[in-house]
Amino acid sequence: MYFESIEALIAMGGHGPYVWSAYSITLVVLVGLVVAPLRRRRQFLVNLRMRLRREHNASPSFSLKNGDQHASGS
Amino acid sequence: MWTFFHKLGSPRWFYQISGKWLPWLSVIAVALISTGIVWGLLFAPADFKQGNSFRIIYIHVPSSAIAMAGYIMMAVAGGISLIWRMKLAEIAMKCCAPIGAAMTFVALLTGAIWGKPTWGTWWVWDARITSMLILFFLYLGVMALYEAFENTESASKACAVLSLVGCVNIPIIYWSVEWWYSLHQPATIKFTEESSMHVDMLYPLFLSIAGFYCFFATVLLLFTRSEILERESNTQWVKSLVMDESR
Repeated sequence: MYFESIEALIAMGGHGPYVWSAYSITLVVLVGLVVAPLRRRRQFLVNLRMRLRREHNASPSFSLKNGDQHASGS
Repeated sequence: MWTFFHKLGSPRWFYQISGKWLPWLSVIAVALISTGIVWGLLFAPADFKQGNSFRIIYIHVPSSAIAMAGYIMMAVAGGISLIWRMKLAEIAMKCCAPIGAAMTFVALLTGAIWGKPTWGTWWVWDARITSMLILFFLYLGVMALYEAFENTESASKACAVLSLVGCVNIPIIYWSVEWWYSLHQPATIKFTEESSMHVDMLYPLFLSIAGFYCFFATVLLLFTRSEILERESNTQWVKSLVMDESR
């Protein structure tokens, strides 16, 4: 390691606050960029499952068959 | 090759194949970024003039590169969606915006933090910095413009036009340090001659840049896949995903 000790690494020769604040804010943003779409997808799937259950309960004769397509383009 | 483009017309196909790419891409991104940053933070020698604050370069340069590349990608996707009415291109364009905005924010913030010990100021209205700020506003503008329309087709047409028009900003950002005398230093990474940075500092930078590109691809896939599910929620294949996941 370039630095003699962990304390020296944190201090960064006086530039510690600059370097570490830059890196920590970047880390927060990068993690946020990963977490946001994953949470959104999970929430969507939960909502969809609830919606399908409601629809299924509303009309018990309704069943999802493999040939059923309601939107175009897939 | 035409088969590939034809397949790209199917959001379902893309969803399935991107699900296979994603684990690899994310592992590679994490590996490249952590190696580059650990090397740069802990092992690279300090800069003769700037000392240790130069280590911010390992996040500042990659995020700036992605901010610009992401914008070009957004504009290209927008152009494709305008010309060929390809749904997936429209979705990709929409998803590039928040990611690019976040990257531009990181670039501006880390640049400001680096500027304080180096130049004595958090901000200066230098050509490159100002045009990066404009890039940030362009990203936010695309996001806002999209939300302003009721109809998604009109929304994406408008955003595609805005993205394409804003492309003029990219060469300005890139060459601003050469065209105008500025506070921001000129390019260290040169493509036609030897770079002006020592290899002990340069190689971790390359790793970090490559890692950020892979990270952008990973996150773009995550956003795009989520968007595809929402738009295709009435199709059988999406509904069957829910039934699979409930097991």
